[in-house]
Amino acid sequence: MILVYLIISIAGIFALGWLFRWTGQKINWPKDEWNIYFRDMSYLVGVGFIFAVALILFTLYVYFILQIKFFVWGVQLLVICGLSGYIFRFLGRRIGTEGSRKLFRSMPVTAAFGILTVILYALLAIFADFIAPYEQDEIFEVINALPGGNPDLGGDPRFLLGTDQLGRDLLSRLIYGAQNTVGIAFATTVFSFLIGITGGFLAATLGGWVDQVLSRAVDALMAIPQLIFALLLMTIATAWAGSNKVMIMVYMVLIIAVLDSTRVYRLSRAVGLNIVVMDFIEAAKVRGETLRYLLFREILPNATAPLLAEFGLRFCFVFLTISALSFLGIGIQPPLADWGTMVRDLAQFINFAAFSPLTATLPLLAAGAIALLTVAVNFIVDWVLHKSSGLKS
Amino acid sequence: MDDQNLVLVKNLKIEGLADEKWIQIVNGIDLHLKKGEVLGLIGESGAGKSTIGLAAMGFTREGCRISGGEIYFDGIDLVNADAKTKRSLLGKRIAYVAQSAAAGFNPAHRIIDQHTEGPVQHRVMSVQESRNDAIELYRKLQLPNPEEIGFRYPHQVSGGQLQRAMTAMAMSCRPDLIVFDEPTTALDVTTQIEVLSAIRDIVEQFDTAAIYITHDLAVVAQMADRVKVLLKGDQIEEADTESMLSDPQEEYTKSLWAVRTFKRPTKPMVSSTTTPIVSLKGVNASYGKTPVLENVNFDIHPGRTVAVVGESGSGKSTAARCIVGLLPPTAGEVLFNGIPLPAHYKKRTKQDLQKIQMIYQMADTALNPRKTIFEIIGRPVEFFLGLRGKEKRRRVEELMEQIEMDPMIYIDRLPSELSGGQKQRIGIARALASEPSFIICDEVTSALDQLVAEGILKLLANLQDSFNLSYMFITHDLATVRAIADEVVVMKNGEVIEQGLKDDMFHPPHHPYTELLLSSVPEMDTTWLDTLLESRKVDKTV
Repeated sequence: MILVYLIISIAGIFALGWLFRWTGQKINWPKDEWNIYFRDMSYLVGVGFIFAVALILFTLYVYFILQIKFFVWGVQLLVICGLSGYIFRFLGRRIGTEGSRKLFRSMPVTAAFGILTVILYALLAIFADFIAPYEQDEIFEVINALPGGNPDLGGDPRFLLGTDQLGRDLLSRLIYGAQNTVGIAFATTVFSFLIGITGGFLAATLGGWVDQVLSRAVDALMAIPQLIFALLLMTIATAWAGSNKVMIMVYMVLIIAVLDSTRVYRLSRAVGLNIVVMDFIEAAKVRGETLRYLLFREILPNATAPLLAEFGLRFCFVFLTISALSFLGIGIQPPLADWGTMVRDLAQFINFAAFSPLTATLPLLAAGAIALLTVAVNFIVDWVLHKSSGLKS
Repeated sequence: MDDQNLVLVKNLKIEGLADEKWIQIVNGIDLHLKKGEVLGLIGESGAGKSTIGLAAMGFTREGCRISGGEIYFDGIDLVNADAKTKRSLLGKRIAYVAQSAAAGFNPAHRIIDQHTEGPVQHRVMSVQESRNDAIELYRKLQLPNPEEIGFRYPHQVSGGQLQRAMTAMAMSCRPDLIVFDEPTTALDVTTQIEVLSAIRDIVEQFDTAAIYITHDLAVVAQMADRVKVLLKGDQIEEADTESMLSDPQEEYTKSLWAVRTFKRPTKPMVSSTTTPIVSLKGVNASYGKTPVLENVNFDIHPGRTVAVVGESGSGKSTAARCIVGLLPPTAGEVLFNGIPLPAHYKKRTKQDLQKIQMIYQMADTALNPRKTIFEIIGRPVEFFLGLRGKEKRRRVEELMEQIEMDPMIYIDRLPSELSGGQKQRIGIARALASEPSFIICDEVTSALDQLVAEGILKLLANLQDSFNLSYMFITHDLATVRAIADEVVVMKNGEVIEQGLKDDMFHPPHHPYTELLLSSVPEMDTTWLDTLLESRKVDKTV
């Protein structure tokens, strides 16, 4: 039955889309601009308009009439995110130097939201000691796995997001988690890019046996599944490091950076190959420039757009790898808070969804923190990409 | 509605998207074309030639839109036509031949398979009929091995053959209208003739109407019945080819016509005692195992320009690469001021590198798109002369004044913010910046419009006089040679065929190959192509 409704409504949307375009073309609009717009409109664009209207109507219906709780929250969150991005951009356009204001003027709301989010994360990570209400490894007598801190529902106002099963304050752990996870992920990504870009550009510029050796080495590394290889190496590293927890972390950064740099290497080699055949590289070579100048002054500026996009993506993957390793128990070591570990520790609360939906959201908090940062970084990267590709044409 | 006109365009306006704003690029053009008539559209780049040509097919490029006016093809309103109507016309009744046939063909399919696509799609012919027809067309276009050539892949045939195959493809459904978008611009003069005569024959044979877009006046004189001159989206004038050539009305048209008049005075003979600044002695070179240069010898004397001419693949650019040291010769040597240079540029001294500079054909790829003009010109100033800070900036400004560009306006721009001619000037400034004594100019004007190219040639000539520079001028355009060269070296298949003073080269007796090159340069005379083909036919029968 639902299928029938679905088919009918989809067919209706398509018919309305056609009607929309048709009427648009028949009506003689006062503005010439609109006449041209409708004339050149393709059929699917018309359908898109109707579909968007239908989607908005559906959202309003669920929000106001059905009032499904999670849906309502989702919509509210989306609106808050959008508004905060908008306000941030609005402020950015008023305050600051001429240059920064100009930057904000060309910025879409998504990018503004991304920047705002990244700034907030950075502040949280840097000032975690001051912001977090408790220590990350402070264990309380009470265990209250109920976010919200509302006593009427059984929550504890001392713990805004509740506690985990050991009685540690979740809010504090989330904030400290930003410090551990984001900081390490950032360092790892930067490191992997340093290795990958240098190797890739060297292979592209020198070619010959340098290229062969580097590329085959990378092939060999990539042939082994990354996570399993990382697990293996981490096990060895843990044995080396013994009880020195800092050294485990250093090893982890190194291992993930090297494994991840293989992909960066491939990209920068491919991009670099397209750039080294250009005449300006030849001109620089014949001028007698050093290899370092060629790599970082002539090639690198022309490869920033794809590499930046890759950086955004890689950052997220590194982040997830660290979380995955921590989830498996060999990444960031307890009692240090980290989002991957938190998801693992709290995962069993999902089973409570049937009788206490609020409790079941606990593992989602850390997962949401990861997701939000991933989305935010990608928003920024998209914008930067758009900007730099626009300059080219 | 006028029945006589196959194509009728009234007051056509087209807008293009730039910086998220719509800017008008074609400002109300009228155009009409009868069956079997050829209209030439001529103008510099940015004049809107291609945009108008495509619009006559009811098509606009991505980021462009028709903002006003009417387009009728055989009475069908193309502006308001839906996709289905256009689809039934394009390919079947209207066809298009692009500038680069190499980019127009899909490299993964055989030529004949791409040829048959159109007729089969439009249900004009079956695959077999269409194949037979293709072979027939290849024969008419005088392609070698017409039965067999279609079964090759695009990379297996030469550029001129590919361009003819593309014309055959456009003909596959016997369209009423073909739009030719600079079909011979990328070809050598000798190949150009074959393509031009092939196109003209086939258009005449099938009584097809054509719009012929080009920037080369001499070419349009051969092809078109009528010529329309465009400038920045406006029509300058339109007339029959004959009267347009003999009696242009507008100033702009006259300036286009007058372009090829620049000529340097002939310099006196060099005395045989002076040491040539660069001299190639028995140079052989190869890419991998393929030999490209065979015993090349020539000298370039201080303060003189030596033009190296030849078709593509003749080894002109390879000789240049040997001189700068990018391709070490397999035999022979390059002397600089009488002293042998190390074969590889990495082994040369900084002074050697400094004194030999190169200017490239494609200014787009020769300038780093991420660096400002100041950085581009400033780098050799800093690298070779060791100037920094204010001194460096002053030197860059001085260089920009020498290439006749205002440093106040341009010094902080990126290459993408300059026009083609301006970019080429920056390339010259970068070469000048290291204070060289010898500059290799590799096809520096062939990517430019004629008016702009002439400006560049004049600039190079002035710079030569003020700094006593020597040029090696690689080109395939004999008009350029006539304008700037002192001596000429003719190359073919990696060998020097003939060399000597310019005036001697342009006067008979010639080497047969030189003769072929010289006679293949289109002239501004509507009968030139006929006369030439006639005379060559006679030659062949003899």
